[in-house]
Amino acid sequence: MTQPTQTERARPEAIKAVPVRHPGRWVAIAVLAVLGAMFLHLIFTNSGFRWSFIFLEYAEGKRGVMFTEPVLEGLRGTILLTLFSMVIGIVLGIIIAIMRLSPNKVLSSVAWAYTWFFRAVPRLVLAIIFGNLNILWTRIGFGLPFDKQIGALFGIDNFDGQIFSIRSTDLLAGFVAGMIALGLSEAAYMAEIVRAGIQSIDEGQSEAAVALGMSRSQVLRRVVLPQAMRVIVPPTGNEVIAMVKDTSLVAYVPVTTELFFQLQQVQARTFVVLPCLVAALIWYLIICSVLMVVQHFVERHFGKGYGAAGKARQRLRAIQVEQGGRVTPTDTGEGTP
Amino acid sequence: MTEMVRAENVHKSFGSLEVLKGVDLTVPEGGVSCVLGPSGSGKSTFLRCINHLEKLNAGRILVDGDLVGYRERGGKLHEMSERDVAKQRQSIGMVFQRFNLFPHMTVLDNVMEAPSRVKRENKGEVRERARALLDRVGLAEKMSNYPGQLSGGQQQRVAIARALAMRPKVMLFDEPTSALDPELVGEVLEVMKGLARDGMTMIVVTHEIGFAREVADEVVFMDGGVVVEKGSPSEIIANPQQERTKAFLSKVL
Repeated sequence: MTQPTQTERARPEAIKAVPVRHPGRWVAIAVLAVLGAMFLHLIFTNSGFRWSFIFLEYAEGKRGVMFTEPVLEGLRGTILLTLFSMVIGIVLGIIIAIMRLSPNKVLSSVAWAYTWFFRAVPRLVLAIIFGNLNILWTRIGFGLPFDKQIGALFGIDNFDGQIFSIRSTDLLAGFVAGMIALGLSEAAYMAEIVRAGIQSIDEGQSEAAVALGMSRSQVLRRVVLPQAMRVIVPPTGNEVIAMVKDTSLVAYVPVTTELFFQLQQVQARTFVVLPCLVAALIWYLIICSVLMVVQHFVERHFGKGYGAAGKARQRLRAIQVEQGGRVTPTDTGEGTP
Repeated sequence: MTEMVRAENVHKSFGSLEVLKGVDLTVPEGGVSCVLGPSGSGKSTFLRCINHLEKLNAGRILVDGDLVGYRERGGKLHEMSERDVAKQRQSIGMVFQRFNLFPHMTVLDNVMEAPSRVKRENKGEVRERARALLDRVGLAEKMSNYPGQLSGGQQQRVAIARALAMRPKVMLFDEPTSALDPELVGEVLEVMKGLARDGMTMIVVTHEIGFAREVADEVVFMDGGVVVEKGSPSEIIANPQQERTKAFLSKVL
């Protein structure tokens, strides 16, 4: 007698088992619920929070402190500062990472030294230094390097090879100084993130690209970096969020159009301490929540062709196409003949 | 027939380890050479020297009459710039053991990438050619899939199509079936047989003795960084003269 084949045998009934109980989880949930209720109770019954001060009206005829003109301006400053310093940090970071991986010893040493320096100096110190750099140089310009010295060599007094120059106090004051300080510091961290990303890509990828006749920069732009982005994006999200908070350091440059500084000003005027701090906290929470949503979509973009969930979905689609039918997930449960 | 690939006395060392100790090989246009040999015999390294993925220490390699990676001027060798080496590589296709498809691009984009970006050919024409090539390797319906959704055999066939899209003069195969499940080897070998029939010049490093016997014009047996024996498949596989060849074949046959 031969064994009956799968098709001849009746399909057994689907398993309907009683699920395992998890009493421990229920206890934990109950404890958390009580703690949560206590927390909300504390917040809403303590009039010291002064919610109307935060949201509705902080003085006669004025909006809540979160939405007053100077605070909104500070918020805009914080967002712009984050944006610009991250752009500097990411662009410069990529350049430094590529230099670091260069076979040329000079390039890689310079990149290493940069990372060493800017990771070692606290951002606060760096911000203050950049705010005071105009003590060292009165003018900052762009043009022929060593123009004065070259002029002296040929006997010309005060030879000026600058294409343009600007007073340091104009350039390196406030916002720009803060932006450069944060950007340069960020570049050191970004360089390490990008380097890790590039090194995570299998050697075979660039070999295959090179074998097709791609140039070094094409290999980097088209093959290595797009794949490295998967590794680079999550820690970069961390960096952006950290940067949002670190912008509060530029108050020491000093930069005044910054969220926390503005709220402290309100605090100093009104002597209302805690609600101002809570207002700052709420704004930072909102910015970071928005950034997390952005990060989610960026990650999804660079995850094309990867990922357990995406892969499973694509597999399913591939199988369906192979079977010739466009089976939608809803009718896969029905027993198809 | 003209010579397509000519390697003369090729030496290659990694540090103090000499991997190639004087390898000679000539492949005529349209010829198929299969390189056999135990692992560590230097056959993959030799293949990588042909498209200058590895730099030679001594000897010379010519593809279609042009020195690979160097220019001879006044009896002196000058290293080629990266751009010129890249230009040379455009006409030397290579297929890797581990496929090395670009996982972030669809199958079609994998095949189109080099002709459209490197040669800057017209996108529409490249797309047509890529479609035709994918059809030829039997994967036209997988065009918009990502490599991660394909089996190993399918990935390797895409890799072959990707290399062919550059219209190479010669194709190098580096153990193209060694990373595949046994039941997937056949489909890749079929594609390669078709290529050989169509007159592509091929150098194939492989452990598939059956393929070598059927397709190769010349079989080269390498061991310890030298060519131990070469000749027609019937001579080398059926009737090897050297002890080392006999020992190797008795293990793999």
